[in-house]
Amino acid sequence: YNGTCLAKKGEGARAVPLAGHVGFDSMPDQLVNKSVNHGFCFNILCVGETGLGKSTLMDTLFNTKFEGEPTQHNQPGVQLKSNTYELQESNVRLKLTVVNTVGFGDQINKEDSYKSIVEFIDTQFEAYLQEELKIKRTLHSYHDTRIHACLYFIAPTGHSLKSLDLVTMKKLDSKVNIIPIIAKSDAISKSELTKFKIKITSELVSNGVQIYQFPTDDETVAEINSTMNGHLPFAVVGSTEEVKIGNKMVKARQYPWGTVQVENENHCDFVKLREMLIRVNMEDLREQTHTRHYELYRRCKLEEMGFKDTDPDCKPFSLQETYEAKRNEFMGDLQKKEEEMRQMFVQRVKEKEAELKEAEKELHEKFDRLKKLHQDEKKKLEDKKKSLDDELNGFKQKKTAAELLQSQAQQAGGSTTLKRDKERKK
Amino acid sequence: MMMPPPAMPAAFQVEKPVPGPGMGDFSYVGIDAILEQMRRKAMKQGFELNIMVVGQSGLGKSTLMNTLFKSKVSRKSVQATSQEKIPKTIDIKSVSHDIEEKGVRMKLTVIDTPGFGDQINNENCWQPIMKFINAQYEQYLQEEININRKKRIPDSRVHCCIYFIPPTGHCLRPLDVEFMRRLSKVVNIVPVIAKADTLTLEERDFFKQKIREELRANGIDVYPQKEFDEDAEDRMINDKIREMIPFAVVGSDQEYQVNGRRLLGRKTKWGTIEVENIAHCEFAYLRDLLIRTHMENIKDITSSIHYEVYRVRRLNENNTAIAHEGEDTHWGD
Repeated sequence: YNGTCLAKKGEGARAVPLAGHVGFDSMPDQLVNKSVNHGFCFNILCVGETGLGKSTLMDTLFNTKFEGEPTQHNQPGVQLKSNTYELQESNVRLKLTVVNTVGFGDQINKEDSYKSIVEFIDTQFEAYLQEELKIKRTLHSYHDTRIHACLYFIAPTGHSLKSLDLVTMKKLDSKVNIIPIIAKSDAISKSELTKFKIKITSELVSNGVQIYQFPTDDETVAEINSTMNGHLPFAVVGSTEEVKIGNKMVKARQYPWGTVQVENENHCDFVKLREMLIRVNMEDLREQTHTRHYELYRRCKLEEMGFKDTDPDCKPFSLQETYEAKRNEFMGDLQKKEEEMRQMFVQRVKEKEAELKEAEKELHEKFDRLKKLHQDEKKKLEDKKKSLDDELNGFKQKKTAAELLQSQAQQAGGSTTLKRDKERKK
Repeated sequence: MMMPPPAMPAAFQVEKPVPGPGMGDFSYVGIDAILEQMRRKAMKQGFELNIMVVGQSGLGKSTLMNTLFKSKVSRKSVQATSQEKIPKTIDIKSVSHDIEEKGVRMKLTVIDTPGFGDQINNENCWQPIMKFINAQYEQYLQEEININRKKRIPDSRVHCCIYFIPPTGHCLRPLDVEFMRRLSKVVNIVPVIAKADTLTLEERDFFKQKIREELRANGIDVYPQKEFDEDAEDRMINDKIREMIPFAVVGSDQEYQVNGRRLLGRKTKWGTIEVENIAHCEFAYLRDLLIRTHMENIKDITSSIHYEVYRVRRLNENNTAIAHEGEDTHWGD
């Protein structure tokens, strides 16, 4: 086509002043309305040892009772259980998915603990990638299951991070936004807590673990975010039980020596966590997941499968061409395998045929042999019969001859006999 | 006020009482703060809008664009032409502008098509336009399937195409029907009756009715398309719009004194036509539709429907060059 651009798109667009009210300042409203109609999706992964209060914290954060009973400590391996809930507040509908690591840290040998978590996260990325690569796709209504935030629960030892924690966080930091929190922090005193936080942060830095930093590029929230960045990791206490303090009912944990109020900022950092996680940065968490972690996964996965953007001669490849090449390769392999199988089949048939021929031949021979045997026997018998017949004939002849003689002898010898008798009488 | 914990765990309401300044309102979680976060993000990123204007020369396309955006955004304002020669073939020229209003930044790109319908033989004059639109889809697709792709893919896809119908007062011409039929399948078309100050109100109504009938008879689905209405509320709003299409517009960038106020209009010996007066012409409706209420929806339909259709087709093909698009293949008929 005869197309020319007077101004190149993306760069050098002229800034034009408006002479009156046009009305596109309603665009953010239109966008927000569309999102409200569509609903939002948020997925949290809770990683931490059994018994650190993960479920209770989720209940406290979202002000409700999610289902589930406390898990046993004798799980053979780490499993991930996810549950999805529909929450609504004023006109905003949120599809919240909470994924719990069951059995994390309970095994004797924990070398492979992190593997199931990494696998789970990758599976969600893979599902999204598959949907994105489909020919007929429905990205618009796709239920996004990618993990947007990972709350890592650190046990309140007061000293330092466990090596399991370091290893797991290192494996997860390039796949998900990690927000480390100190669980059950009412077990630590204030002074110990400060030291603990410093130790944790320095250990994370020295091990090169990238935790999620609240964004400071937007002036509206830059200040609060950068302050909060300094308070990481948040020391939290969760509770769904309410205690009367003064004349109000507050969420708290009651001890004989006092009451820990969950929403009292002097007691713990719960309010900070809620502010940061939900009220200020939920959208940024979702965006980071999509533009950073997911893109990294996608790039690695596609490169692994052999796709490249440019080939060695630096000419751009199209995905289409690579698909074609791969498919041809695959078809070629398939054909080769088919050929091989066919060859083998033909060979086997030949062998079997030869075998059968052999057997047939043998049978024929046997038959011939038997036939011959039979004939021999028959001949022998016939010979015997013949000789028997001859004997019989001979005997018969002798018999008739003897009878003849006898009858002659009787006639002539009636007198002979008399003669003999007279002779005897004389 | 305290909300008792709900009985059903699966789906429930979390009512919020009066939210205090971040302290002790324990039944308010703050999920709806995400709307504010989204708004902030949108303000920071800014918006992009690409409008294409199609119509014969002399129908007032450039003036209308300038009127819509209250500034000199048309090609003519940018390109100094002492003598406007009708080009031999269709040229596609796009100009980008950065405009801002109340903190909301927008990158507006106006794509002009001088030469459309101006030749003696106008056969296949829609081809270059189809090619251009598909080339934008192609560019987006290429970026999307890259391994290393940009954080935000620059969106140059045509979101909306305003088609100018000359105010003959009778019916659509074959060129109009052909063009709209083909292009309504790849882009959102908003037809407008240009220079509507040459029609009386009765002539205007008659003309509109004829046009609507003809569009229906030819199966042309212009924006807002019936099949993309999402729910009853949408349908109600869009039905009202569909009854008014095509909008009869008059454009002007000159202000005149009317009843003590300065208004945009066209002054004649028999009176002054006020552009923004809905009794005179429907410019205000067009502006509201395009900018104030349906802009997001227009972009949505472009990206999730028209672009996806292109993508499906493209990925199913085997390297057939889309450069042949627009020719009378099976597509579009």
